[in-house]
Amino acid sequence: MTELPAKVIQSVLAGLGRFSLMVAEVVRSLTTQRLSGHDLMNQLYFIGVKSQTVVLVTGAFTGMVLCAQTYFQFHKVKMDTATLAVVSVSMCGELGPVLTALMVAGRVGASMAAELGTMRVTEQIDALRTLATHPIDYLVVPRVVATMIAVPLLTAESIAVGILAAYLVGVHLLQIDPGYSLVNMQRFTDHRDVLMGFIKSFIFGGIIATTGCYKGMHCGQGAEGVGHATTEAVVYASIAILMSNFFLTLLLTRLLALI
Amino acid sequence: MIEVRQLRKRFGDQQVLDGVDLTIEKGESLVIIGRSGGGKSVLLKHLVGLTHPDSGQVLVDGRDISHLNERELLAVRRKFGMLFQSAALFDSLTVEENIAFVLARERNHPPEEIARRVAEALEMVEMPGIQKRKPAELSGGMRKRVGLARAIIYRPEVVFYDEPTTGLDPVVSDSIDKLVVRVCERLKVTSIVITHDMRSMQTVGRRVAMLHQGRIYTTGTPADLMASTDPVVSRFVRGISDEKEHTF
Repeated sequence: MTELPAKVIQSVLAGLGRFSLMVAEVVRSLTTQRLSGHDLMNQLYFIGVKSQTVVLVTGAFTGMVLCAQTYFQFHKVKMDTATLAVVSVSMCGELGPVLTALMVAGRVGASMAAELGTMRVTEQIDALRTLATHPIDYLVVPRVVATMIAVPLLTAESIAVGILAAYLVGVHLLQIDPGYSLVNMQRFTDHRDVLMGFIKSFIFGGIIATTGCYKGMHCGQGAEGVGHATTEAVVYASIAILMSNFFLTLLLTRLLALI
Repeated sequence: MIEVRQLRKRFGDQQVLDGVDLTIEKGESLVIIGRSGGGKSVLLKHLVGLTHPDSGQVLVDGRDISHLNERELLAVRRKFGMLFQSAALFDSLTVEENIAFVLARERNHPPEEIARRVAEALEMVEMPGIQKRKPAELSGGMRKRVGLARAIIYRPEVVFYDEPTTGLDPVVSDSIDKLVVRVCERLKVTSIVITHDMRSMQTVGRRVAMLHQGRIYTTGTPADLMASTDPVVSRFVRGISDEKEHTF
């Protein structure tokens, strides 16, 4: 009876060990190898440019619904003009980075796991190794760097579009006073909120890419293995984003208060 | 050039390699034969450093590569070219980009030189003019030829072939065998071919090693093995199953 938990613990620890070794190899590659600009641009295009639609739609509708819900509650206590301030602070520090990261994890993390997993089961990764190319240098590093650049930029877009959409809903649909709303928004939105969003999205980008690449590089055999790897890449990255978000909020609030 | 000493590898409960000893001389054309699932491909992966053994050594030019890390192995693998069973072409790249992969990564070859060498490699494998095609547009035989062009473009010292004729019809198989011989003779490379195709063995092999029960059971010329009276060798080369034994 004790064998099963022991095996599970052993498997989890082995997985964490392999993941740590991969991350260490990524850091080593970044410090010792030259990153191909062509590979980086290709990944930036796929991760950044091709994710625009999904991220912008998510940002816009999140801003709109947040504005409407906040207004419905604040209107009862005659605090209508604080609505956009709540939207702005929430979008910058929490919803913008988290929802953008979750959407990118679903689109890009899954794609990375599926692509690298297929390369593994069709011996393309072994072929890379026989061609004197380290798979981490060629496959993982450009994806990690590109995701860590693209996610903060996508988050900035998502936040901007979310606030704009909230403004349009609040002012034109719910008849909130635009002047007071904008003043309150500027008054309550601190540069620390924006900075927190940026730092979080940078870390979330790293989580998405390393999880997707790890799952792809270590996937099981056949189509079933690739399918599992793809699902696990999205699930694990999403859970890691949500859990780390809580701890990052606590940590960054303390650290940024010192600025 | 390559020496294997007491190589052992176990996957779960199965002892796949159980003390393999083998020496491969420079310039020779060696064929390794053996039953499906008998560890031929595992042995080949050890020779290239794609798999680490549980014990034993793989010496390449006198240096033990069995415990080198991935980055140290990259320099050793520069001496090797490998044609995979499935060709393992990179789906996202064109034929030209696949073949030029190593040269393009080295960043010290001008584009004209790369284009010329790709054309030469394709000429050598009798596939001229397909530079712009994607791997998905190629047949099985064409993919193997392109895989071979990719393996030889940077002039390796040793070319490994993992079941080069598997999945091909007899005519295409014969043309691939002849291509293997031609590449070996023209480029003066050491060829190590894994196969269970007896026709292939006779066409490409100058020396044959038979892997059986995790060890090198016997070595000799193709003619020696074809004429062997040893029951294990004789049954294998003639394709006769033992009714007392599970053969799958």
